[in-house]
Amino acid sequence: MKKTILILLTLVAMTSTGLVLASGGEHLEKASINVDDKASLQRGVKVFTDYCLSCHSAKYVRFNRVATDLGMTEEQVMGNLNHLGTKFGSTMTAVMTPEYAKQAFGAVPPDLSLVARSRGVDWLYSYLKGFYTDPSKTTGHNNTVFKDVGMPNIFWKQEGVKKPIIEDHDGEKVVAGAELVEQGTMTPEEFDAMINDLVAYMSYMGEPNQSYRKSLGVYVLIFLAVLFGFAYAMKKDYWKDVH
Amino acid sequence: MGQRVNDLMGWVDARFPLTKMWEEHLSKYYAPKNFNFWYFFGSLAIMVLVIQVLSGIFLAMFYKPDTALAFQSVEMNIMRDVEWGWLIRYFHSTGASAFFIVVYLHMFRGLIYGSYKKPRELVWIFGVLIFLALMAEGFMGYLLPWGQMSFWGAQVIINLVSAIPFVGEDLGIWVRGDFVIGDATLNRFFSLHIIAIPLILIGLIVAHIIALHEVGSNNPDGVEIKKNKDENGIPKDGIPFHPYYSVKDIVGVVVFLMFFAGVIFFIPEMFGYFLEHANFEPANPLKTPEHIAPVWYFTPYYSILRAVPSIAGSAFPGVIAMGAAIVVLFFLPWLDRNPVKSIRYRADWYKILVAIFVVAFIVLGYLGTKAPTDMRTLVAQICTIYYFAFFLLMPFYTKMEKNKPVPERVTMK
Repeated sequence: MKKTILILLTLVAMTSTGLVLASGGEHLEKASINVDDKASLQRGVKVFTDYCLSCHSAKYVRFNRVATDLGMTEEQVMGNLNHLGTKFGSTMTAVMTPEYAKQAFGAVPPDLSLVARSRGVDWLYSYLKGFYTDPSKTTGHNNTVFKDVGMPNIFWKQEGVKKPIIEDHDGEKVVAGAELVEQGTMTPEEFDAMINDLVAYMSYMGEPNQSYRKSLGVYVLIFLAVLFGFAYAMKKDYWKDVH
Repeated sequence: MGQRVNDLMGWVDARFPLTKMWEEHLSKYYAPKNFNFWYFFGSLAIMVLVIQVLSGIFLAMFYKPDTALAFQSVEMNIMRDVEWGWLIRYFHSTGASAFFIVVYLHMFRGLIYGSYKKPRELVWIFGVLIFLALMAEGFMGYLLPWGQMSFWGAQVIINLVSAIPFVGEDLGIWVRGDFVIGDATLNRFFSLHIIAIPLILIGLIVAHIIALHEVGSNNPDGVEIKKNKDENGIPKDGIPFHPYYSVKDIVGVVVFLMFFAGVIFFIPEMFGYFLEHANFEPANPLKTPEHIAPVWYFTPYYSILRAVPSIAGSAFPGVIAMGAAIVVLFFLPWLDRNPVKSIRYRADWYKILVAIFVVAFIVLGYLGTKAPTDMRTLVAQICTIYYFAFFLLMPFYTKMEKNKPVPERVTMK
């Protein structure tokens, strides 16, 4: 009987894996980030506040919390990151006012506090590296991950000029990716590293407690393992006369 | 000292049946000694209920049931600003899924060991009512974070109400308290989620346990231990719940907590199943997500709903099927005509039918998380037909079973 159930469960596992594989999905590049690497997060938050915060907000993220978590002093944060000069305990607001953003882009750029959790870090990494030249767009750029996105390619100076790789799928032209045709101020490796730092910071920002959560979890599991030993011994002792 | 305690107990007992209750439900409640793995999930369900109530009390101290503030109160205040708020929130969000995992396993136990059969029909019926209340609790709780999936998931389900002919539209407005899901809906769901449904749930759980303790627990052999009593009137195969099962259940609780902590501390989103990715975006009534999937614990029934073709553009037949899929559970004690309770002594082909039922249920659950395609709809339809056939054909096939001999006393395998 147990065998039959096992066989059936294996069958379910196999069919469901098949269904998952068959469903496919968009191709995303893997971000290589480490949210425990404070130097990386510090570089990331600098890029974030210098570039992203010009138009986007991160309205759930407080500067003082970032300082504590990333090991920075109040002076460092207020001098290098808080460009609007708001209070140390305030949250990250966009430099651009919502009214102006609406005029410039037609819509207020989304808040980025939780974007790493709603979109995922791989999506962010692929998106930020997915811009290519497209003269038909008002921004001059399009994106391999987010087609016809309204956001301009803010890192074009660093990354350089990219052309789309167009593939023919049954007579339909599909943008399969983008290739560098003219290097910018950064080498591809440097640019990659910068985007990874930025994505690492955005991941941290999406859930500031994640490092602490994991480290605490180890102790909780050790405690429970010890407790299990005692609980099991107690059960054995009470049950020794039950046959 | 001992004398003093006895005096105090005597004083209390003369006024309140404390010792009597303690004995009836714990120290002199004789449970069969052969409980196996499957018998942990009842006590674990109570454990999860306690987790949900305690974490819920603290969440309600910081949560704001206001469409303008709800998302921020969860994602900023509770997850970031409140000390340990993130942990309490993860306890509650993981607890919701854990509740359903534990309850589904608990129900499966009842199914395979015939725990719904005479004289335990009411235990089973109270149990199905608990399952229903739990679904209402989960559904209403899911709206509260006011994320995209909260909003659109609720939209899909409330639209089902509107699919009811003639009265549907008005009923939908009555449920929402508005023409659209808005502040009125959020406020009433909050009220129902933290007061009304928990009260009903606890009342039903009390009834479930009282009914169980009146008739006594079933066991993996499906043998009635009360038929074999010793000279003191104690079942020969029974052992007092306390201390035997209390110490055993502690082991179960610790193991459960290891899994629970593993999720909370390492994979709280459970790959988008416990906390859906799209729910980290605030609700936006003007932006329909590409793919709306209910939380995993509703997906088997959601699949059944989608599997039934709509008639004249109305999803009503699907709604009926979804409702019937749960209602049919109430009739299980009378659908199964086999006098043998435990699957151990029933026909081998019945075991296979049950195993396929489990597979069909899991496949339905999986398909419910995915966008429908022709192939998936077909598979869902086959599984739906199996789901209903398994129950509705029971009166016929359970009579044809060739059972194995049931032992007189319980076995310890």
